[in-house]
Amino acid sequence: MANRPQPRFPEPHTEPFWEGAQKGELRYQRCNDCDDVVFYPRHHCPACGCGDLSWHVSAGEGTVYTFSVVRQNRMPGFIDLGAYSVAYIDLDEGFRMMSSVVGVDDPTTDISIGQRVRVEFEEQDEGDYPIPVFRPI
Amino acid sequence: MAQERQAAIVGIHEYPLRVAPGVSAMNIKVDSIRAALDDAGLKWSDIDAIYDAQDGEAGGGLQLAAYLGLRPTVLDTTQVGGSSYEFQAAHAMRDIAAGKCNVAVLSYGSTSASNRVAIGTGGRGGPATWATNLEAPYGSTLISNYAMVKQRHKFEYGSTDEQFAGISVATRHHAMRNPEAVKAMTDLQFVGVNEITPQDVLDSRIVADPLHLLECCMISDGGGALIIASAEVARNCKKPPVWLIGAGEATKYRENGGDITTSAGAQSGPIAFGEAGVSPDEIDIAMIYDSFTITVAVCLEDLGFCPKGEVGAYVEGGRLAFDSGEGPALNTDGGGLSSNHPGMRGIFLLLEGARQLRGESTSQVPDAKLAVAHGNGGLLGGTHTGGTVILAKD
Repeated sequence: MANRPQPRFPEPHTEPFWEGAQKGELRYQRCNDCDDVVFYPRHHCPACGCGDLSWHVSAGEGTVYTFSVVRQNRMPGFIDLGAYSVAYIDLDEGFRMMSSVVGVDDPTTDISIGQRVRVEFEEQDEGDYPIPVFRPI
Repeated sequence: MAQERQAAIVGIHEYPLRVAPGVSAMNIKVDSIRAALDDAGLKWSDIDAIYDAQDGEAGGGLQLAAYLGLRPTVLDTTQVGGSSYEFQAAHAMRDIAAGKCNVAVLSYGSTSASNRVAIGTGGRGGPATWATNLEAPYGSTLISNYAMVKQRHKFEYGSTDEQFAGISVATRHHAMRNPEAVKAMTDLQFVGVNEITPQDVLDSRIVADPLHLLECCMISDGGGALIIASAEVARNCKKPPVWLIGAGEATKYRENGGDITTSAGAQSGPIAFGEAGVSPDEIDIAMIYDSFTITVAVCLEDLGFCPKGEVGAYVEGGRLAFDSGEGPALNTDGGGLSSNHPGMRGIFLLLEGARQLRGESTSQVPDAKLAVAHGNGGLLGGTHTGGTVILAKD
């Protein structure tokens, strides 16, 4: 497909996430005080309000919580693409992220809730950030 | 009932056109305000409070006061998407009860159709944020976000496409009785301007699985205005007052491990019903934001019309039609699905609720006494708001 839309910077919350993506790491945060799993990335823990968070690397495996297959999109980069999936993935470490389930013959029939998936980093144009997507295990 | 009756809807106007080329959003707001004042029997200078969702070309708020030429003692610029007007009505109730104002105006104008705004299938621009940086690469559209809620609802509770289709069928039934809705569907070149069956919904193309085209609201121009006044003012207006007797506000967002099939309505609904001292089974008219069928389905459950997960069986058999004899009657103007959706539908929920309690609807429920207006703003499967307002006949 054409290059996916890229993250834009400066955006301090997500910079460490995308630095991780360049190294093939799926990063998330934990609160050092209450141990809550934090995602999307923040400067504070939404459970307890403290500002002491640390970055961790996910093992990259999870399950499909829900998904949709987009048949119509007028955004550049997606206009000419066939049907593609958008999904919320529940990672085994306890965080939920938006992504896409790829590598199936027909996304309208081959993706299901509860499906086990593993992250992979989809290469983009030279110099662009690779995008984490998920493939059925 | 322990409810208080301190504020009432006294003037209403819905802009009649859904395709209005060459008209500005501010024109729609101003024309609607003037017509709503006429409906109430009030004059321009009576307005002492402005509630504005920052719509229209000027950006709203202080610009709107300047444009209108008013010096309000209350200025509220609450902008929470489609539920902005339920939040604003709640604030107007509060401000009037506190003695801060007597005549409040809420208004809306939009030219989304004439501007060819791809609300459901376009991208979301704006500056880079934590959210855009983690979502833009995946091509998630607004419709696919709501579709993910429907997908999970079907999985978790066994609800079916046929059951969801019943929501589209009921609102179209109402739209066909509303000349402005018929003109809307005609002007927006709907393929068939007629009553529909569940099979028609299932046969319409899928925009984002599992949402079919006929489960999605239209994109129109339009707008309207609403005058809310104190009890003292309301008693001297031309039409019978429609009382605001309860309101609730809530926010919901995606959380790790959270339940996507429960909306902000689960928080705002009980607050509003509690304040009003009534229960969902007493409600005659359910004006519930129908951006999509799934929005109505989830909100019916969350407001307490039926238990979580049981909306499929609840709507089966056509109870939502105004003439079913069962009730509640859903979106009797035709809803966003078949009458009017310029982007923020919340104001139309209040307008039609008021028409029903005055006896002025084109799909009038005989002797309707209580209505609920529930707005949902933002993304049902992401960050959104719920605003619930209970309305009572005089």
